[in-house]
Amino acid sequence: MSIFMNRSSVVIVQGITGREGLYHANRMRAYGTKVACGVTPGKGGQTVEGFAVFDTVGEARRTTSANVSIIFVPPPFAADAIMEAADAGIELIVCITEGIPVHDMLKAVSVLPANVRLIGPNCPGLVSPGESLVGIMPGHVFSPGNVGLVSRSGTLTYEIVDQLTRAGIGQTTCVGIGGDPIIGTVFTDCLQAFEKDAQTHAVVLVGEIGGTDEEDAAALIARGQFTKPVVAFIGGRSAPEGKRMGHAGAIVSGSSGTAQAKVDAFKKVGVPVADSPAQIPDLVHSALEQPARR
Amino acid sequence: MRLLEYQGKELFAKAGIPVPSGRVAATVAEAEQIMRDNPAPSVVKAQVLIGGRGKAGGIKSASNADDVREPAQAILGMRIANAQNPAGEIAKRVWIEQRLDIAKEMYLSITVDRASKRPIIIASSMGGMDIEEVAAMNPGAIAKYPINPAGGYWPFIGRRVAKEASIPPEVTSQFVSILGKLYALFFDAGAMLLEINPLAITKDGRLVASDAKVEIDDNALFRHPEFEAWKSAAEDDELKARAVKAGLGENNYVGLSGDVGIIGNGAGLVMATLDAVTASGGKPANFLDVGGGAKADLMRDAVAIVTANPRVKSVFINIFGGITRGDEVAKGLVAALDGGNWSKDRLVIRLTGTNEREGREVLGKNGITAVETMNEGARRAVAIAKP
Repeated sequence: MSIFMNRSSVVIVQGITGREGLYHANRMRAYGTKVACGVTPGKGGQTVEGFAVFDTVGEARRTTSANVSIIFVPPPFAADAIMEAADAGIELIVCITEGIPVHDMLKAVSVLPANVRLIGPNCPGLVSPGESLVGIMPGHVFSPGNVGLVSRSGTLTYEIVDQLTRAGIGQTTCVGIGGDPIIGTVFTDCLQAFEKDAQTHAVVLVGEIGGTDEEDAAALIARGQFTKPVVAFIGGRSAPEGKRMGHAGAIVSGSSGTAQAKVDAFKKVGVPVADSPAQIPDLVHSALEQPARR
Repeated sequence: MRLLEYQGKELFAKAGIPVPSGRVAATVAEAEQIMRDNPAPSVVKAQVLIGGRGKAGGIKSASNADDVREPAQAILGMRIANAQNPAGEIAKRVWIEQRLDIAKEMYLSITVDRASKRPIIIASSMGGMDIEEVAAMNPGAIAKYPINPAGGYWPFIGRRVAKEASIPPEVTSQFVSILGKLYALFFDAGAMLLEINPLAITKDGRLVASDAKVEIDDNALFRHPEFEAWKSAAEDDELKARAVKAGLGENNYVGLSGDVGIIGNGAGLVMATLDAVTASGGKPANFLDVGGGAKADLMRDAVAIVTANPRVKSVFINIFGGITRGDEVAKGLVAALDGGNWSKDRLVIRLTGTNEREGREVLGKNGITAVETMNEGARRAVAIAKP
């Protein structure tokens, strides 16, 4: 099992005629993902490396019965692409694009219908090992198993998953929620989905400085709305105040968004926080041996 | 992108938000001319992004061309530092503005609230101090109102916020009007933060923005060519400028104060690498994210930039390659070492993922052995940097 998507998800690639879109469309197809077609306004009717191209998401969806869209559109046009996909009835939108103006995202999230899930932007996507990969993650580091993962990071996720896989800990679904300040899916959304997934027995949560997402996740756990074991890692514990560390959302403003506050919030609700990624597999093994908090 | 006070006030003035009249000076001569043109009780303020300029002596008084000389001389070129940023920032300009006769100081800002995914108004009748302190001491004194971007700002919102923030009734209509202009500016400028602290009530009952703190969304800069000129005025870091020139994004290089240079692929991974170095007892000299799929040229430039920092004593390169290829990274590293005067003994590299084997071969041919793990790499780099 998996959350948000599975082996039967049918995917449209928005921006498929661009370099990134085409490269990753091919990689996803090679992984086994059902990549149905692509969309680039003005290039409808063309075929690129075996992928049919449409002018609009609406046409693409009606022709292929796709239910997922992945977006590789440049920043000035990406929010538009998100809203187009939602407007066309796509229910899972994964936006890879980094650099979308925050105000565009404020507008986009305020118009998305309640039944549409947006993941990202500025995210590596999600993967259910052995089933489907919708994103840019390198498939070979993942292995199927019982641990869910949700992360604000890209390559740090691969690092951590690699450690898990080598320790014999496989994954149900790994979701990269992205590094921007305004994102469609936050930690609590993923935890709520993992709670309902019988195959997920524990979750690894990879956070970083900035915002209060991690604190909200800890509060969800405290309220008893996520009952499975969690192991956390918070990046940026040594980052100075006021400096954005790469990700637009990774910034400590005054006392808000500090790594320490997040570490404390998790420890307070009984969630172990790894000091380094290398520690995570052992913490997961211990966590899996304990009974669920109910 | 943070704007300096004078830039923020210029933006406010254009938007119709009342600010004290003032002019900016980059030299003592300019400061004298400003006072000659308009002799009046004035404040001479260091233009820096760092906080704590008052404490550091970066705010002084003047009232004519004669007595402005000394404050201007003292402040121009002054290095202002604080606990979080000991390296500090040099004041390259001063803002000379008319002194206000202030009766009361309040607080007003609009920012992006990540939790509600909305722009949010924050207001308080308690201004002139750190709003975080107010929040800690007296949370009830702060009014917050998230705005739905679809509806936008309407005066009833201003009236409600004024009541909730205990804004004095006699200035409420000015407050409502200023808030409307602030909101319009927020969207027009693609701002992440517009903060007026203090929003002053003068003795003759006028509301004036006594300070202006403006943060523009970096991702919106491509739509705001008018801010280009201001970007270079605010930029202090030469190495960051080199990074941008090499093709890295604005936010891929951050200068820090330590001596262990750090390069990695992916912001989260680089942050974790900084943490690993700190945990090993070291002090990171910088954050540098080469992004995904970095080619040899970019790697070479990245190493050159990090090692150009005179404080750097060792460098740790941490690569977990998905679309980034190990052989490209290795080639770039070798090119950097060949072209420069940095010893390979002061460099540690961890190379995992795509084309790892090919990468290690290239390194091996040049007498470099990659370490296996991030933690090991951090320990080694820290050990090399210690005297």
